[in-house]
Formats: sequence, C-alpha cells, structure tokens
Amino acid sequence: MRKSIRERESRTGLSRRRFFNSVASGAAEAAILTVPGAVAAEAAVGQAADGNMVKTVLDINGRSHSLSVEPRWTLLYVLRDRLGLMGTKASCERGECGACTVLIDGAARYACMTLAVEATGAEITTVEGLMRGEELGPVQQAFVEEDAFQCGHCTSGQVVSVEALLRKTPQPSIEQIREGVSGNVCRCGAYANIFRAVQKAAELRKGGR
Amino acid sequence: MLSQFSYQRAASIKEAAEAASRPDVRILAGGTDLLGCLRNQVLQANRLVSLNGLSALKGIRQGPGGGLRLGALTTLTEIAEHRQILDSYSVLAQAAASVGSPQLRNQGTLGGNLCQRPRCWYFRGDFKCRRKGGDTCFAEGGDSQLHCIFGGASCYMVHPSDTAPALVALDAKVSITGRRGTRLVPLSSFFVLPADSLVKETVLQPGEIVTEILLDPPQPGARSAYRKVRERGAFDFALAGAAIVVAMAEGKVRTARVVLSGVAPVPWRSTDAEKTIIGKPLDAAVAVAAAAAAVKGASPLADNGYKVPLVRGILEETLTALAA
Repeated sequence: MRKSIRERESRTGLSRRRFFNSVASGAAEAAILTVPGAVAAEAAVGQAADGNMVKTVLDINGRSHSLSVEPRWTLLYVLRDRLGLMGTKASCERGECGACTVLIDGAARYACMTLAVEATGAEITTVEGLMRGEELGPVQQAFVEEDAFQCGHCTSGQVVSVEALLRKTPQPSIEQIREGVSGNVCRCGAYANIFRAVQKAAELRKGGR
Repeated sequence: MLSQFSYQRAASIKEAAEAASRPDVRILAGGTDLLGCLRNQVLQANRLVSLNGLSALKGIRQGPGGGLRLGALTTLTEIAEHRQILDSYSVLAQAAASVGSPQLRNQGTLGGNLCQRPRCWYFRGDFKCRRKGGDTCFAEGGDSQLHCIFGGASCYMVHPSDTAPALVALDAKVSITGRRGTRLVPLSSFFVLPADSLVKETVLQPGEIVTEILLDPPQPGARSAYRKVRERGAFDFALAGAAIVVAMAEGKVRTARVVLSGVAPVPWRSTDAEKTIIGKPLDAAVAVAAAAAAVKGASPLADNGYKVPLVRGILEETLTALAA
C-alpha cells in the first residue's frame, strides 16, 4: 500500500492494466463488480491496517459507485486502481503535469490532488465520460483528426481540459486556448497540433457533434 | 501513496479550530499545497480536518460601504473572474489569474494561497533545513537562483503567493478564528520574516484558521496592476513580480502601495518606491526613480543577482503602464 501507483504497476502492472483496459473499454462501470484478486486483496489489507475506511458514493460519468475508501486515497488512485477507469493517467502525482485532469462539477481539476473522500457528492467526469456512446466525443474526434499527440500519455488530460475550456468558452481565441491547456504538460511537444485540435473541436461542437 | 491519516469533515469553524490545535492535525481546504507537502513528506499528519463542508467560508459577499468580504474557501478562479474584483481591484484579479494553472485555480482557495508553505527546493526536497528543524540553510552555499534578495536571514525562501502581495497592496485585512475567538489582522502584519520565526511563515497560532479576507471600498481614482515574471508563460511561480495600487488626484499620485513578490520571505513592501511616486505625476521619469529606489538595499545570493534588474524592469514597465 505504501508504493506509488507507478511502482506497483511496474511490479505487477502490465497484466492488470491490460485486464482493466479490456474490462473498461466497453463498460467501464463493470470493473467495480469484477475486481481482480490483486485489487481485492489490497482493499482487505487497507481495511485491516487502520480500520479507517470511509464509506462513500462517487458519481462518475453519470453512474453511482458505492465503495469504502481510505482517507488518504486520491481520486486518481480510486479511478484507476479501484474502479478500473484507466483513461485518467498517473504521472507526477503532485499537481505539476495535468495528466490526471478530470471534471469535478464541470471544472477541470487534478485528480491526484483531490482526496476521493472529498469528491463525494460531486459530479465527476473522466475522459471515458466524454464518449458519445461508442462514438468519440467532439474533442476526442478533433484530437484524432488533427494528430494532436505523439506518445499519447498526456492526451486524456488534454482532452478533459479542452472540454472544460469549450464548455465555458465555446469559441476560444488562440490566447484562451493556450491558457486553457496551460495546466497540461506535453513532453513530446505536440502543442501546435493540440491548439489546432481545440479549434477543430470548437467547430465540431458548433456543428452539433 | 500518502501515509495514513484519518479524516474529519468539520461541522463548524469552532470544531475545526479545536481539532487543528493539535500538532499532528492539518487543515485541508483545496489541498493543492497540503497534499504535495504530504506526498513529499515535507509535512506529516495523523489527521486532516476538512473545511469544505463549511459554506460560511465560501464565496464573495458585499462588505460595509462598498468593500468586499472574501471567504477563505473562495477559489482563485472565482476571484479572478468576479466582476467587481475585475473592475475595482484589478491587482487582485490579475494576481489570482496568474496562479498555477486552470486546474489549480479551480481547486486552490484564497485562504490556502495565503497559508501555503515555501517552495524552496531544499525545503521541498530531502534536506533537513532550518525551517524543518535542521541547522543549515542549503541555499547559502548551494543553488540560489530562486531565492530572496530582501529580508533573508538564516533562511532565504521567497514567499510563493501571488495574491498575498496584491492583498497587501490593497491594505486588506484577514479575519482569523481560533479556540479563543476571532481577531482581525492587517495582511501587512500577517506574514513573518525568518528573523522572527524560522518555522512558520504567518502569525497563525496552533488551531487558528483564516476565515475571511476583507477589502476596503476602492479609493477614488484608484488604479492597480499585478505583473508577474516566470521562467515560462504559465503554470509557474514568480521569479519576481509587483503588485501596485495608486490613487490619483488632479494628475498626481495621492497614495501608493508597491509590494514585490518572488523576492523576499514575505510580500515585500517598498516604502522607498512609494515615497518616490507620492505627490508626483505618474510618468516615465518617476517610474525609473521608483524602480531604482525599490532595489536599494537588495542583497542577492550567489545565483540570483538577476532579480535586481528584473525588479527594476518590472516596476518601470508596470508604473508606466498604470500612467497610461
């Protein structure tokens, strides 16, 4: 329990990640009902360690999830390691990179800097929640069309930030776009294409996509 | 994973103040500073007391005579976008808009921005410096590019807040509640220099909580601005900055407050710069003289001498812009 998400993933992770991806791709919410053994064991350890679990209900992508959390669990940890919503990425875990950006009551925030217990009662939207059924949402579609990524690690955070930007400012200027994604670092340097994708997404949204 | 702690959602300010008077308890507001400190093990906590159920601490209310009362839990985004703050207290709107990133401003609170811990890389890193109970300031013989040029003694941190210098320039007051009641402190007396304490950055006593920030009504003829220079265009702390509030009357500066950010362990008020501009028309010559006055007495460390001309440039540019 004391290892970071990345440390644990490097130890046990790829198979679990593949599992989650396969589980999560069609119906992410199923993950909570089909928690794999490793995760279930961790939950038991957490409970035994301090008797400090807090019952909570998290509203994620329009679906209610009842679960017990340790107070120290971040929303990022719960999304990925408890609910299998692997679209939200873990990188710095210090509010310095933006990969874990989610919407909380419509506002972009870092899931790594939010305790899960504090997100109770809020409407949480992850990149998975921006799908239109099985189709990509307009921001996701625009990122594909404009080739707005290279390695892709920052992409889901970028997409969520752009969604927040366009909800508030449907036709942003280039300065507003730069500001809107300024909390998301792209180490590949795909910024120019990201800016074009935001403009494209604004068009797609305007067109009712 | 963070170390274990228990969690308490305070039902009243009194309950929070009582809980927070214990040394192993930390107050949680936006969490953008606290969770980073816990993750880097700069701070320890056995219990977090959340203020986020306290609606009395949220939002912006009208104060007496046209002033404003800013709840400590008001987010930086709310401050940056509030119509009346944009119109009448531009320096504060600009400062709040310059903090971190959109995500951090959506989450970070005004009270938390004033109470955040130093960003010194030794303090945040694995160094037992004087501010963490050690006997060394590692910046003295180490890398000091981001450290202070004013007010250092035994510790050379800079205060990381952007809203603090703006609020000092506006002569704001902060309302503080503890177990023994509530007190009102001018923000200019809220921050503590290393010469007075090496372990805390504010006058807050154990269990005391910032609940509200009070702004006087805007002065007639007031103009204000916050200028921040960073290594990159966004998502960074100030290398140096200036919060300036002037009130003009008949073409001359009637009152002035000049407060520097990123250069001292507290928001650094330059009364020398203020004296240089009060009673004068705001023009280029006065701006140059004020900028020169502001950096008198600066004592850079090995790597941060660049901050002296940077502060001069910031003040010349910002005062000139305010003259227009």
